[in-house]
Amino acid sequence: MADEKKVGAYICSGCGIGDRLNMKQLEMTATRDGKAKVCKTHDFLCSKAGVQMIQDDIDNDGVNQLAIAACSRRAKVEAFNFSDVSQTRINLREGVIWARPEGDEHTETTQEMADDYVRMGCHEVKAMTVPTGSDEQPLVKSVLVVGGGITGLTAAVESFKTGYSVTLVEKSGALGGMAGDLYKRVPTRAPYAEPEETGVAELIEAVNAADGISVHLNTTVTKTAGAPGRFEIDLSTESGSTETTTVGAIVQASGMKAYDANQLPEFAYGKNADVVTNVELEALAKAANGGSMKRPSDGKEIKSVTFIQCAGQRSEKEGHLSYCSGFCCNTSIKQAMYFKESNPNADTTILFTDLRTPGAGGEDFYRSGQKKGILFSKGEVSEVVPSAEGLEVKFNDLILGEETSMQADLVVLATGQVPNSGPDPYAAVPTKEEKEAAEASNTVEISVESILNLDYRQGTDLPHLSNGFTDSHFICFPYETRRTGIYSAGPVRRPMDTLQAQDDAMGAALKAIQSAENAGQGRAAHPRSGDLSYPLFRKEGCTQCKRCTVECPFGAINEDERGFPQFNESRCRRCGTCMGACPVRVISFDNYSVDTVGNQIKNVDIPDEFDEKPRILVLACENDAYPALDMGAKNGYHYSQWARVIPVRCLGSVNTVWLTDALSEGYDGVVLMGCQKGDDYQCHFVKGSEMATMRMSKIADTLQQLNLEEERVSTYEVAITDIQRAPQLINDMADTIEKIGMSPFKF
Amino acid sequence: MTEVIATNQTILVVGGGVSGMTAALEAAEMGKKVVLVEKRAFIGGRITQLYKYFPKLCHPTCGLEINQRRAKMNPNLTILTLAQVTDLTGSEGNYSAKVTISPRYVNENCTACGDCAKAVDAEFDNEFNYGLGAMKKRKGAYLPYNMAHPQTYVLDPAMIGTEDAEKAKAACKYNAIDLEMQEEVLELNIGAVIWATGWRPYDAAKIQPYGYDRIANVITSVEFERMMDASGPTGGKLIRPSDGKEAKDVAFIQCAGSRDRNHLKHCSRICCMASLKQSTYVSEQFADSGKSTIYYIDIRAIDRFEDFYKKVQANKNVSFVKSKVANIIEDKATGNPILRGVDTEGYHRYEQPHDLVVLAIGMEPSLNEAGFPGEVVINEHGFIERDESNGAIFAAGCAADALDVNRAVQSATAASLRAIQVVNRVAGAEG
Repeated sequence: MADEKKVGAYICSGCGIGDRLNMKQLEMTATRDGKAKVCKTHDFLCSKAGVQMIQDDIDNDGVNQLAIAACSRRAKVEAFNFSDVSQTRINLREGVIWARPEGDEHTETTQEMADDYVRMGCHEVKAMTVPTGSDEQPLVKSVLVVGGGITGLTAAVESFKTGYSVTLVEKSGALGGMAGDLYKRVPTRAPYAEPEETGVAELIEAVNAADGISVHLNTTVTKTAGAPGRFEIDLSTESGSTETTTVGAIVQASGMKAYDANQLPEFAYGKNADVVTNVELEALAKAANGGSMKRPSDGKEIKSVTFIQCAGQRSEKEGHLSYCSGFCCNTSIKQAMYFKESNPNADTTILFTDLRTPGAGGEDFYRSGQKKGILFSKGEVSEVVPSAEGLEVKFNDLILGEETSMQADLVVLATGQVPNSGPDPYAAVPTKEEKEAAEASNTVEISVESILNLDYRQGTDLPHLSNGFTDSHFICFPYETRRTGIYSAGPVRRPMDTLQAQDDAMGAALKAIQSAENAGQGRAAHPRSGDLSYPLFRKEGCTQCKRCTVECPFGAINEDERGFPQFNESRCRRCGTCMGACPVRVISFDNYSVDTVGNQIKNVDIPDEFDEKPRILVLACENDAYPALDMGAKNGYHYSQWARVIPVRCLGSVNTVWLTDALSEGYDGVVLMGCQKGDDYQCHFVKGSEMATMRMSKIADTLQQLNLEEERVSTYEVAITDIQRAPQLINDMADTIEKIGMSPFKF
Repeated sequence: MTEVIATNQTILVVGGGVSGMTAALEAAEMGKKVVLVEKRAFIGGRITQLYKYFPKLCHPTCGLEINQRRAKMNPNLTILTLAQVTDLTGSEGNYSAKVTISPRYVNENCTACGDCAKAVDAEFDNEFNYGLGAMKKRKGAYLPYNMAHPQTYVLDPAMIGTEDAEKAKAACKYNAIDLEMQEEVLELNIGAVIWATGWRPYDAAKIQPYGYDRIANVITSVEFERMMDASGPTGGKLIRPSDGKEAKDVAFIQCAGSRDRNHLKHCSRICCMASLKQSTYVSEQFADSGKSTIYYIDIRAIDRFEDFYKKVQANKNVSFVKSKVANIIEDKATGNPILRGVDTEGYHRYEQPHDLVVLAIGMEPSLNEAGFPGEVVINEHGFIERDESNGAIFAAGCAADALDVNRAVQSATAASLRAIQVVNRVAGAEG
């Protein structure tokens, strides 16, 4: 590749572009204003011949910076696929001719739009260099699995089967976890009729037999430093010895804790030995091993048992779990079958409000339970009290609508799963009063002991989503983690049964291995998978203000002892939030920087005040708002001829200097379009949109200093489906400018 | 002729819905060669026809945009649309798959400029809108929907041989229309298969007492979903098929075709959450003048979905009736469907008219045993079982069980790892 940068502008006249725009004029703009060394027009640029024309110039003419003026960057991606050159797309089709109506009265302004985009594109690409990938870390083909339960065992075995070595850490003295304590599990195969073996013993055997899996019992992770491809893990044993190991990626399978049923005095738990939880019942069943089940209080054979579903769950009462644990309905059916196994005449009753046995297997298992004579009754239990025969369960029969009761030898509480996650790095710090109130009311305590002890600027553990679970926030991306290279699996992520936990372990193992591979090749992980750019940092300008380290949505950036940021390239997701945060603009990417966008802003032609031609800068999220504008244009939803739209990786990457530059250069309005923020945020970089909104709230001061009206800058949440609304928002700004008048900063 | 390079280190993914797409992308991003075969003219599957996802109420096309970008950027992935696997033989690490590709009549020259659609007059029912196709037709030359990937138009086969087809061809400046295009059959050598053929809505007409085929204002949940699309059959309005009147009083019938010995025995898992979600559409459109009534057996809002259930329960405009609706009759004068049954909480009979009835329609697996081109264990519900004898054919998503999107993606990621393990072994053996 030639050292010298040589811009080639290639303009397509197809799809009606040539009919609507003056191609000669565009060529002139590209060479004269855009300083393109080569400029060619083609009437079908995405054709083999068109693409070849470009490739020939790359090969023979040293063109290494392509400004391709054609359709949107979302179209014909496969055709315009050139390696080892910088490239940008100038959106003349969706962004100009489709965004504007036909007609002579529009010709001039449509042409101006196109000319501006050609200038912008040429100067944008000039500021780019071809990214080469981060080489901060090697390919390390190993995974750390934290937790030796069914999830961790599965993740370990499957990672090993995929060619990775595994360090498996278990804090107790044995593998198997809670699933290992089960007598049997809910069936995982048709006909889904009988409880089946857990398979945990076989998994342990497989782990022990694998020479690539090293098992560390009675061990915890006391420090996790580094990044994907170079995680340094301190493993400490109970005896106090510590060893350090290097791994490529991490699966956190720290599992669940049993719910503390002492929170349920109304069900006589802790007061009467014959009230047990579903976890404790497994021990009774294991002891009976297919023989008759014995009552804890007196060893008498249990002839009647009542299961209370949702015990301490789906309830807003203090100390209860607000969520449904998902597994308990099937588990109670399974456990009722334990009784039927030894004594088909045992009375087994399940009291429920909604019986939740979803899927094919769930419903079959429910039917199998009914066939075996398990009684299902819709009822809400109020109290369990001792009686002459054993226990009296008082409940409201929801079918008959009356208070009633039943006798039982044993009561089983279908209690829920509590995630064994570490402290949430983003938990609101409780006030003194809240702390005291919590202590006084004896509320459920979610583990505060760290699992990973991350040596990260933003906390020691994975962020929680809700109720202490470390689930992904995204429906389409269940493994989209907020700490690159660390994937949680099993009931620490979300309440789940053993079958789902095993699937989850496989999924997490894949993502962990994939992240180690990406790190080894210097590429980004999801959602910019394959991106070779990474944050570049000019240390001499840095003022150690720490905004980048605080605002990074992925906790990727640490600080060194002098307060300078350490970027940890393989932890980075390439959203550019750090670049947007930096007040002194020392952070950039090879192909996306303050200059690539700044150059575009500066190269829009700003007509003087008397031309009555305002300019509106639109910064649009490339994943949602920009496609919405594209699709809107395709569907005939036009927008203002004054708009100049620039796609951004994320609204979080928007540096306020772009706005102040634009406003001081005479733009009349600025519209920012990002994704939804708040609890149901849709920003795939988590906080980007929120950060941008926060920064924009402070832009009012700048506007005041410039003596400009606040309405000149608007920030919106735009969804990809807003194909009518997004163009409308631009038009609204045009209306606003018409009302308040042109910017006084025109030259 | 379509050229596809595949070896026994290639993974074949059958079905391009959210599960297949995920499995394919995850493997391709691990550096594996993947061929994705999709029956329809575009990838994305059923999620492309949804307005929002539960419980976040976000738009499926948002994640789809990311996945489609991943697909466009990844040289390891080959996507074949309008294609089906018609034969599959061999064993783990060495399968032979026959892929039949129907003619699209449009080649890769297509720029999606839309000139062909403008040129033709012929219109057809739009399958993208399920049974509501009659409410808004599509042209004979068409892009299946806004975000269709590939962004390549399609000619309806019924138009071939007519004057309209010639008009489409004449309108195309890029020589993209090929009326002579024929069905093609490819033979691919592959190492592992991910079967992700998803589901189809159960045929509502078979649920005789609910009158889907007789009463205009009884529709299915998937049709209801299409009404919310601003570019959909009703322009984004919740209206009644019979008279176009706003549907402000909507009944949702749960387990329509599911948990029923006469229909699908299994629970389709998604329908409770789907109806809870759709009740928010009614509120979104009509605020306090919109009413939803959910007739249910059990509300299966498991794990953290419970929060969403609570949120909907708190809406005073949504009510719940524990009842399996017995039958529906039509009030001929008003067009209102009248629901009849017994409320099991307190055992009283009801006969309740509503503006519109939405059947929370069951999920039927798309594969059927008779038609499965290879050898796998399929259970009585039509889902592929996990079984050693399946070799390296791994089910993902709703080919394996009735799953929601989140769990389908989880299942697909797991299936992807299984397939990767197989092709890794092949690579290891071959050095």
